[in-house]
Amino acid sequence: MEFNLESITPEERQELERNVFMGTLEQLKAWARSNSLWPLTFGLACCAIEMMGTGASHYDLDRFGVMFRTSPRQSDVMIVAGTVTKKMGPLLRRLYDQMPEPKWVIAMGSCATAGGPYVKSYAVMKGVDQIVPVDVYIPGCPPNPAALIYGINKLQEKIRYEAKTGKRVTSR
Amino acid sequence: MSDEKEKDSGRPNGPEASEPETPSSEAAADGAAGMTAKEGANPSADPVSPPAAEPRATVSGTPSVPEAGADSNASTAADSSSSESPAAVAGTPGGPASEAGIPDAPAAGTDDADGGTSSAAEPALSGKASAADAGTPSAEAPAPSGEAPAADPEREAKLKAAAEARAARAAAKAAAEGSAPTADGGTPSAAAPAPSGDAPAVDPEREAKLKAAAEARAARAAAKAAAEGGAPAADARTPAASASSGDATAVDPEKEAKLKAAAEARAARAAAKAAAEGEAAAPPEPKPPSPMQPQLDLAVELVRTLTAEDAIEEAYINELDGHRPTLILRGERLLAAAELLKSHPKLRMDYMRNLSGVDYETHLEVVYHLVSLQSGREIAVKVKTDREAPSVPSVVSVWETANWNEREIYDLLGIDFPGHPDLRRIMMPDNWVGYPLRKDYEPLDSEV
Repeated sequence: MEFNLESITPEERQELERNVFMGTLEQLKAWARSNSLWPLTFGLACCAIEMMGTGASHYDLDRFGVMFRTSPRQSDVMIVAGTVTKKMGPLLRRLYDQMPEPKWVIAMGSCATAGGPYVKSYAVMKGVDQIVPVDVYIPGCPPNPAALIYGINKLQEKIRYEAKTGKRVTSR
Repeated sequence: MSDEKEKDSGRPNGPEASEPETPSSEAAADGAAGMTAKEGANPSADPVSPPAAEPRATVSGTPSVPEAGADSNASTAADSSSSESPAAVAGTPGGPASEAGIPDAPAAGTDDADGGTSSAAEPALSGKASAADAGTPSAEAPAPSGEAPAADPEREAKLKAAAEARAARAAAKAAAEGSAPTADGGTPSAAAPAPSGDAPAVDPEREAKLKAAAEARAARAAAKAAAEGGAPAADARTPAASASSGDATAVDPEKEAKLKAAAEARAARAAAKAAAEGEAAAPPEPKPPSPMQPQLDLAVELVRTLTAEDAIEEAYINELDGHRPTLILRGERLLAAAELLKSHPKLRMDYMRNLSGVDYETHLEVVYHLVSLQSGREIAVKVKTDREAPSVPSVVSVWETANWNEREIYDLLGIDFPGHPDLRRIMMPDNWVGYPLRKDYEPLDSEV
């Protein structure tokens, strides 16, 4: 199809500028991905209760295209909600490896961030970033639904920013 | 020699300040005793006021003495005298102050023996220092006479006798001062000798004395407490006064014994008084037997008769746990006892509520909480086991519930349960090294 800008009328040109957005394919992909983040359900402790509350009707994560999946093969993001023990660590890593690219990780709450109150425990991993790369850390013990939504927003922002600028926000 | 020592005893004053004063120091060495005493008495005053430094200038009048030449003996003498002066200062007028001068007399005596030349002036110095400080003429009078000749052992003995006499006099005086009506007035005066007695503590017998003094102090405190409870003040003062004399005179073992006896008597008196004063309760009456005692007796008897006489190491009522009958069983008899506890019609402990392990560091222990669903009665059973090779027979065959609990104890405390159908780790990863709930557990990876 041929498209000659000179052949169109000024009215048509105005109309086009108002309705057509120009961008890169990466930005388009990021736009799509960031608005359909499907998290892998990874509730491990009390943070999982908050995560469930965020997904339920009152806070309704579906508004952001966030729909919990039960299989790593269908997931884009892993929300690690709770205390990761040393026994659970290898399983978490395996599930992460089973997720298709592109994939992201949200460390929800102080346990997943750095061990939290169990930082002196013999059995608890001191932060999930010891085994998987983490994109967003959400502080709180546990973080309330608003904080989780804020964290998801941050992840969306990051996805779009990286696509737009080509820079990495965090180094993996 | 004597000059040097005197100078040393005056050392805290700052020798440099004394140098310019030399012209005014023509006073004779023997005649200067009073002045030197003044000097030793208030070392702190010297840097402030030049006139006070004057007497010490008499000492430095001998040009041959180097300024910095302090031999160790002399310095110890200086130490003892200087450590005493505060005690003397702290003493109330009268007896205690004179006593404070005593302890340094022996020290000075040894010093003299060391130096060879006898210096009567020095003991006099320190002795009079305290006396002068206290400012009591009556106490000052005996001090020079008693201390000056302290150059040989018999003199020392004499000196001690004199000191005793003085102490007794002081005590009498303190008692006689009875018009001072409060117990508080009596107590501090008695307290003063204690530090002075402590100062020369150099040998074991002194330590004993120290202890006796501490006892006496305690007794005094008790007496005071009693006195403050509305008792007449005179009562409190009397033991205090006797304590002061007792402290001072305790120089040989028999006196110590006497002192101790006196202290005990005082304590007994105080106690009796406290008891007499009323609210101090009567001796605690024997505890009423626990309501669970019959259950415990029944269980003990059944286990002993039907399993083995030595099956029970100990049986008691755990009052802190709702009077729970508790049996400590011997490990090798556990299985038989468990079967009995579960099946005997009078016990019927058919439900195991909990099973846990404890690390007491001296040993490990497994605790079984049993309940009878028929009667609702409860019994706790404990089995102690060695810490090096811990092993307790499994009771899975009796109570199926024990299965995972025993695995947990095996996992976290490392107790072996022979007879268990599937003894594996249950919570830690299979490749885990060590038993985390042991008190001496050190994680392999320290991490944070």
